[in-house]
Amino acid sequence: MPTVSLREALNQAIDEEMARDERVFLMGEEVAEYNGAYKVSQGLLAKWGPRRIIDTPIAEAGFAGIGIGAAMCGLRPIVEFMTWNFSLVAYDQIANHAAKMYSMTGGHFNVPMVFRGPGGAAHGLGATHSQALESIYAHIPGLKVVMPSTCKDAKGLLKTAIRDENPVIFIESEVMYGDKGEIPEGEYTIPFGVGEVKKEGKDVTLVSWSKVLAHIVWKSVEKLEEELGISIEVIDPRTIKPMDYDLIVESVKKTNRLLIVEEGWPFASVGAQLSDEITRRAFDYLDAPVERVNQEDVPLPYAKALEKHSLPNIDKIRTGLKKVLYID
Amino acid sequence: MSTTSAAPKKQHSRLFGLPKETLLDWYDDMLLVRRFEEKCAQLYGMGKIMGFCHLYNGQEAISTGAVKGAITKDDYVITAYRDHGLAISKGVDPKPIMAELLGKVTGTTRGQGGSMHIFDKETNFLGGHAIVGSHIPIAAGAAFASKYKGEKRVCLCFMGDGATNIGAFHEGLNLAALWKLPVVFIIENNRYSMGTSVRRSSAVEELIKKGLGYDLRTEVIDGFNVLEVYTKVKAAVDHARETYEPSLLEIRTYRYRGHSMSDPIHGHYRTKEEVEEQKKYDPISVFAEILKAEKLVDEEWLDEAEKRIKAIVEECVTFAENSPEPPLENLYDVYYKESNGE
Repeated sequence: MPTVSLREALNQAIDEEMARDERVFLMGEEVAEYNGAYKVSQGLLAKWGPRRIIDTPIAEAGFAGIGIGAAMCGLRPIVEFMTWNFSLVAYDQIANHAAKMYSMTGGHFNVPMVFRGPGGAAHGLGATHSQALESIYAHIPGLKVVMPSTCKDAKGLLKTAIRDENPVIFIESEVMYGDKGEIPEGEYTIPFGVGEVKKEGKDVTLVSWSKVLAHIVWKSVEKLEEELGISIEVIDPRTIKPMDYDLIVESVKKTNRLLIVEEGWPFASVGAQLSDEITRRAFDYLDAPVERVNQEDVPLPYAKALEKHSLPNIDKIRTGLKKVLYID
Repeated sequence: MSTTSAAPKKQHSRLFGLPKETLLDWYDDMLLVRRFEEKCAQLYGMGKIMGFCHLYNGQEAISTGAVKGAITKDDYVITAYRDHGLAISKGVDPKPIMAELLGKVTGTTRGQGGSMHIFDKETNFLGGHAIVGSHIPIAAGAAFASKYKGEKRVCLCFMGDGATNIGAFHEGLNLAALWKLPVVFIIENNRYSMGTSVRRSSAVEELIKKGLGYDLRTEVIDGFNVLEVYTKVKAAVDHARETYEPSLLEIRTYRYRGHSMSDPIHGHYRTKEEVEEQKKYDPISVFAEILKAEKLVDEEWLDEAEKRIKAIVEECVTFAENSPEPPLENLYDVYYKESNGE
């Protein structure tokens, strides 16, 4: 299996789907002549030309709306946000229009399009450029939310997203674009709503996704297993909506304990939703209340130590594991 | 702005060579929109129509001249929440529109949308959008799709005067002008965004000036005269079809009802006298006078038209009243569209 970077995996998905379907085009700030703010669209302008790889002005509501109108009229837009933080300028278009179109029009019009770009914190970007916003998208009926943690998943899920008949929120991470991973040779897709047990274990189920899984959890798991003398099962749901609750319930039936590690704020988060659902569905199997690790409930500060202290980290995961496992 | 047409020097010159059948058809369309809306007001008063319901009374020359007259079935129309009249003129069957207003399963969107969200794929009616200004970039997107696919479809995008103050208006106009998208933006300036006059809401009172910032082709149109609306919108549509270039048109009009059925017709923001004064230029009466002056119709024909239209509106009500409500078990029928990976 070839090894590629995450940005290459995403690039391949877009390139292959553009070759497969004339209706697919990519639009966003700096996606064409600049080759992408994070180089995800590297080389695509040269290959596909300005008709299908389109630089936009800084007008998120405007070009998100253009994507929606184009999708209603038979095209398959991929709209790139330079970061998901900027999507808030287009939130009206996504929540009021893309999400509601199929239902509110009684099925007359659907919006088959992908909104994608990096989300979450990088390093030292401050409060407005560091937000994990998946919960505010997953909250809205009509949207699907996808957050891969590996190169293989990123490519397969993005291809599925481009082929979906509904608006898909596809959240990447700028600190993951250089991550390397193996991907299968040739054509493959990964279905929505199917999570994956990324590591088997027996004492506790840890659910996490995207960058926090890729960069925080994986750097902590082996160390904490050894330190605490435990075995951790790691599940990546891969799609936030639809959520593969069954996979998590099955795991919890085995481990009887659940820790959710996410980057979003704690109030009304994806983890809060998961905790509620799993508590109801697996109540008789739980030996401890579900535990959660989140970013602190504050706008993220800039200063290095404060930023690190606010975000999920190995110390918070250790604390969470000890609580859920009744260690000490 | 002239509110009535000057007397013609030559017979038929002001009819732009339009055939008699077309002109009479337009009269029917304007009258249908008026009588349909009056019926809506009645049904709203009876509690049969719920929610917000914004009527088109006074603005009929725009829907008929621009939509019924100046474009084809393949062209797209998109508007805000005051959408019944434009939908009817686009050719959407008024029976399902009435059923939609009554929340019936036979409605245009199966009772999913209501008054502010009329949609119809068959006639390329793209809504019915209730967030002011948000549909303007979507209109540019429909035009983008037309150009991308090498089609010659034009999108007519209607908006109220209030929409020209929100960001989406400016982003939509800039993108359409920058990328040369075949869309005709039409401000239906009825002078008030709900209860706030243009003077109190816009830094420039002549709204058409907002098009100059985007180097758009612009035109101001008398919205009381269906023939003027038709010719000037047609010119903009033809231009868009030939060159892909957008236009911004300001059609000066007036609404005879309140902003919505929940709002008074006059009050602190406009006087009863002002409303009565504007009724002297009622676009339907103006058109009837033109047709009579040109000897195309007489009083008898106009009386017959009333009866014909009344029968259609009654048919709409009967259809709507006799239709079932959406079954509760259908709640998730249009939740997500099934995707087969193709």
